[in-house]
Amino acid sequence: MIYLDPSATSFLKPPQVAEAVCRAFATVGNAGRGAHAATLGAARMIYDTREKLAELFHIPDPSRICFTSNATEALNIAIRGLICEEDHVITTACEHNSVLRPLYAKERVGAGLSILPADAKGRIAYEKLEEFYRENTRAVVVTHASNLTGNVTDLAKIRAFTRSHDLLLILDASQTAGALSIDVEEMGIDVLCFTGHKGLLGPQGTGGIYVRDGIAPVPLKVGGSGVHSFEREHPADMPTALEAGTLNGHGIAGLNAALSFLKETGIEAIHQKEDGLARRFAKGVSKIPSVVVYGDLEADLRAPIVSLNIGEMDSAMVSDILWEDYEICVRAGAHCAPLMHEALGTVEQGAVRFSFSYFNTEEEVDAAIDAVGEIAEE
Amino acid sequence: MSMREKKKYMVLSFHSTTEAMSFEKKCMDNQIPGRLIPIPREITAGCGLAWRIPADEYPQCRQQICDLQMKYENATELLL
Repeated sequence: MIYLDPSATSFLKPPQVAEAVCRAFATVGNAGRGAHAATLGAARMIYDTREKLAELFHIPDPSRICFTSNATEALNIAIRGLICEEDHVITTACEHNSVLRPLYAKERVGAGLSILPADAKGRIAYEKLEEFYRENTRAVVVTHASNLTGNVTDLAKIRAFTRSHDLLLILDASQTAGALSIDVEEMGIDVLCFTGHKGLLGPQGTGGIYVRDGIAPVPLKVGGSGVHSFEREHPADMPTALEAGTLNGHGIAGLNAALSFLKETGIEAIHQKEDGLARRFAKGVSKIPSVVVYGDLEADLRAPIVSLNIGEMDSAMVSDILWEDYEICVRAGAHCAPLMHEALGTVEQGAVRFSFSYFNTEEEVDAAIDAVGEIAEE
Repeated sequence: MSMREKKKYMVLSFHSTTEAMSFEKKCMDNQIPGRLIPIPREITAGCGLAWRIPADEYPQCRQQICDLQMKYENATELLL
């Protein structure tokens, strides 16, 4: 089997991740719920994971990072908890539904929403930022990289705009955390939403949100905190404020091991390998007549994602042939990014998405190019 | 079973478990004595954990805790 779908989830992981999860089942209690060895062990491991994430994203205070079950939960906390009915938000056509749907929900109750369009290569019309600005604009919510095209957002342009108008920059790093370097201070990120099971190579059910000091989203969930049990209000201290209920200690143990692997390997080395594989694939399939490759392939910085179509073939059929005849795993159809499909003109056809991880090889990439070539000849 | 002898301790409370974990780590790294305990009932604020230092050892580490900018909520002397 050739797994080319890490943008959906990192099926291929360093073995120490699974080992850490198994070990956690025998050692980890409920963090913050007492002071015996098992609960303290859990609390120490979770704190260590916060520190590792803080180091990875250049976050000065680890307590500003809260664990969530995925990026969707983090984005819901950010959007539902920070945007009011009277606010206006700017986003882009590149967004995933985990950004768009919470924003549409806010729009239904009165918030303003402007969407920066993208061209047929999925490139964002940054020049419209100023045009879209209003007196009540509160935030720009943007993906770091499109899950469909792999185009990376020019955060320098976004940051210049958010800084000049004192706006929040909320970043969806679902496709980039662990794959590209992220520095919240340098990039001017006020809120960072990430998942643990894609580029971070951790288990599903892990993820998190970083909230800059001075910003306090209204929590999505309140409840058990292990502290201040007789108070009616959920504690406001971070990270407790956004972590009601028992954390996914077993999953976070796996994420901790994955973060150690990322640190030892280095994000730059991971990017170089993944980028090399993705560009090799894009170059190979671009030579095949009838294959259309989407995205800004000439850009210097890209996420390791290449989406394509073969003539007028249904993308779902292509992915099915790839699996049935070649045992190649890819994602097809719509990719929870409806506006991106509109910009690319692939609403009906969808697109076949190939994505690449540190654990893929050039041989696998070449096998995938050959498979696409053979399907195109049919 | 013999009665446990009570001793004086300085008990430091925290705003959150995360703050307690950070405090513990810095204690370990800097040889500051004590250990985490469930917060005693005498302390009504704080998270569920507290750092317990023998009262006679507290004066020596107080400045160190301050110098290292180790965050905690309150310090209370208790007979435990």
